[in-house]
Parts: sequence; structure tokens; C-alpha cells
Amino acid sequence: MADEANKRNGADGATSAERAKPDPPGYFEGESMTRRRAFTVAAQGLGGVAGAAIVLPAVGFAVAPIFHRGKERWEAVGPVGDFVEDTYRQVVFTETEGIGDAGKTTAYVRKGSKQLGEDPSSIVAVSNRCAHLGCPVRFVEAAGNFICPCHGGVYDFQGKRIGGPPVRPLDHFQARVRNGQVELGPRYSVTSQLEPVRARDPGEFTGGIWEYLYPPRPSTFPPP
Amino acid sequence: MKLDSLIPAPLRKPAKPGQGNGAKGPAPADLKTAPPERQSDAARLGDRAKDAPADVLAWVDQRTAASGFLTGMLYRKVPKGTNWFYTLGSATLFAFIVQATTGVFLAMFYTPSTTQAYASISHINNDVFLGAFVHGMHKWGSSVMVILIFLHMGRVFFFGAYKYPRELNWVIGVVLLILTMTMAFTGYLLPFDQRSFWASVVGININGTGPVIGPYLSDFLRAGPELGATTLSRFYAIHMLLIPGAIIALIGAHLYLVVKLGTTAPPWLRAEKPKVAAPVAPLDAGANGRAQT
Repeated sequence: MADEANKRNGADGATSAERAKPDPPGYFEGESMTRRRAFTVAAQGLGGVAGAAIVLPAVGFAVAPIFHRGKERWEAVGPVGDFVEDTYRQVVFTETEGIGDAGKTTAYVRKGSKQLGEDPSSIVAVSNRCAHLGCPVRFVEAAGNFICPCHGGVYDFQGKRIGGPPVRPLDHFQARVRNGQVELGPRYSVTSQLEPVRARDPGEFTGGIWEYLYPPRPSTFPPP
Repeated sequence: MKLDSLIPAPLRKPAKPGQGNGAKGPAPADLKTAPPERQSDAARLGDRAKDAPADVLAWVDQRTAASGFLTGMLYRKVPKGTNWFYTLGSATLFAFIVQATTGVFLAMFYTPSTTQAYASISHINNDVFLGAFVHGMHKWGSSVMVILIFLHMGRVFFFGAYKYPRELNWVIGVVLLILTMTMAFTGYLLPFDQRSFWASVVGININGTGPVIGPYLSDFLRAGPELGATTLSRFYAIHMLLIPGAIIALIGAHLYLVVKLGTTAPPWLRAEKPKVAAPVAPLDAGANGRAQT
């Protein structure tokens, strides 16, 4: 319709047949797009391609770490004989390499307890990262509890939440025994029933519908 | 000496309509009575030197036509009752300029590396001339900017200055507020001491509690599942490159709209009642007396 109006040359009253604008040079019968329109579309398309060539790699570069899983890392933290079943021993090991002390983390390690219905040959390694917002919790021997200094989260001997704002039990580390040495591996989270799930950040619920509301991230390792 | 003569002609306040002197202005008095005496070369050179600033400005103005925009902006009308609360936006802008300036100079000494960041901050604070002062301006200035931006927001809210036609400026202002908060968050990690490290851990984890996309956002912020070597450089790049650019662009849009739309009068000044009474309905308006408009 707009093309029709253009061809009429703005002459009111005259019929379009009498006062039709002369066809533009290069016009042929049945042409569907004017030269001007074709160039406009081509220029905008090229601009879009150029823009995408800048933006897409940059965005990909920035979000790539979300989809990248690092190498699985195991570190020996002491001979099996160092660990008992009725209390924890604090060990410090490297979780993230290449950033010095900032990459170290603390785990509380013990043998599995028969009284709690655990396999006595297994090793339990509880992370000190509070499940509320990630502050470092401390195992208080006298109380047999983990206590967080930031907002008052309290966990029982197994790391289950018994007070304060945390939303789930403390995280665990995969543990194994190699050549008489206890080795700690990737982190995993647990549900309130201590069932292993993929590692979640602090503050995120686990189990049930929460597995969908806080989906597992590709950057974490599958649970044992 | 009149103050006006200090302002170069292109930036002088335009005369009110009907009060101008014409394009050329009145002829100098001495020209009417007697021909000017020949000046010495030194005196003529002095006159030329005095005119130089105006000449330079005129040269630029002839090529940019910027003076119309500048005079329009600088001499725009403000409503009655404009008071000190109206300066909070400018104060926020000033705080941003302080942050930008001190930030540039801090970047000359800062190393965004997990192993060297803390040492470089110590170096700035202890060894660099005026380093503690510039760092302090940046550190405390960030709080000042956050406080001022909230006060400015409160002024706009309580004066009703967000209403038509200024809603878009309110929206831009909210985006600026969010960007300012992001600046405060990303800047907090940079000293890389215990406090900034754990505060960032907590901040990232709070961000991760958003359902569905929260976990991915935290991975994006950390550049991985744990706070690592690239987290600090990522925060640094966001803090000094990405967001400042966005803030500068949006401040431009914000100010443009302020100048374009003008400011509002305070709510306690009511519009003056018209002196002429509103026209009453004509007698033949209709059976029920309503005006047929």
C-alpha cells in the first residue's frame, strides 16, 4: 500500500493511472522488492552479522565456565590409623588449585560409626562450609555439634541441621583409602536423610522438588 | 567589573526577548564622539590576548553549535520552591566522579591476582604517596555514593517526581541504582582480605538461592563451582570496565531527560488558581445543564 502511495506522486484527485510515477531505473515487471529496500535489508543483515560476531564470542567466553567441569582431584590427608569413629579430626586440603591459601578448604574426617548404622570401613568427611551462606563451621568436641559463627547454624554429629538458618545438612567430600592413606575427593551435598546428591551451593535446599528448583550444575561432579 | 564580561560571549545568558541590543549592540561611546586613537602594538597585542578565549570558544561553537545546547542546559528554568533536596542527584553524580577518578589511579597500583592483590593493596596503603588517602576516598566514597543515591531516590519518590512524564527517568534511575549496588558488591572482593573474601562468598551464595537460575548465576560470578583464580579477575573486569561504562551511558540518558523534561515543583506548592473563573455552562447547554463539549 505504501508503494502504491509513492507511485501516485502525491497528486490528489488524479487517478493513479494518469499520474503514475515513472518506474525507477532497473525496474522490471513483477519485481517484489525495490532496490532501496533490498539494500536496506542487506545492510541491516550485515550489521546484525557483524554485531553477532562481536557479542556471541564475548558472551560465550563469559558463560563458558558454567559448563566446564574441572579435573577430579584427590588428595591424601593422613593414614587411616589417624581417624577414629567417635570424633572428628580436622584436615586442610586444596579444593581449588593455583590460588594459594584461598583455594584450601577444611574437612572434618572420621571413620564410619556402627552405632549410627554406618559401614565401619567407610570414611566420613564433612565439609566445614555452612549450608546457610558458606561461612566456616567449627566442630565443638564438648557438644558434639558443628556450630557456625556467622548466623548461629547448628548441626549434629552427622552434620544434620538441628538449629539456626541452614537449609540442609553439611556437605560431604568423597573419601577413599589408597595405600593406607585416606584420600578426599570432590564435594557432594546430601539431603536431610543424608542421601548423596550433586554438590549445591550453600543456601540451596536439596531433595524432593528442590532438586528441580535448584538444578544440579554441570560444573559439579556426580555424587558417589 | 561586571561578572558577565568574564563569560565568553557564546556562553553568556541570552537576553530576554525585547530587551536585546540588536545583533551588533550599541556603538561604543568613544566611537560616536571622536575617532579612536592609534594604539601601541603592545596594547593591540594585549587586546588580542584578552579576546583569545572568546575567539577559541567561538571557533569551536561555529563548528559544533554547542553553545545553544549549553546555554539551554545551564540557563533552563527551574520551578519555584526548588531547594537543597534537588541537589542530591548532582551530589550522587559528584560521588560517582570521585569514584571514577580515584579508581583510575588505584588501578595503576592494583594487581588483580589472588596471590598479589592483598600485597598490592598494602603497598598502596603503606608505601605509595597519598595512597592511603586515595584508597580511603574510594573505599568510603563508595558508601557515600550508595547513601546519596538512596537519598536522591527518596527525594524523587516523596516529591512525586517519578510521575508522568518522568517515569522513564525513574526506570533509568532504578537501573543506575542496581548498577551502583553491583559496583559496591564487586569492589568489595578486590582487597582480597579475609573480610572481603568471606563477604563475597556469602554474597555469591545469597545470589545462588534464587530458584532455577540462581545456581547458574553463582557459577557465572565465580567462573566455576568454587571461588577461584579467575573469580577475582572477573570481579575486577566487571567492576572497572563493564559497569562503569554502563553507568556513564545511563547517567547521560538520565541527565538528558532531566534537562529535557525539567524538574518538578515541590508537592507543597500547589498550582496557582486561575484568576478568571471557569466558564459556566451556557444557558442553552441542555436540559440537565451540562455543557455540550
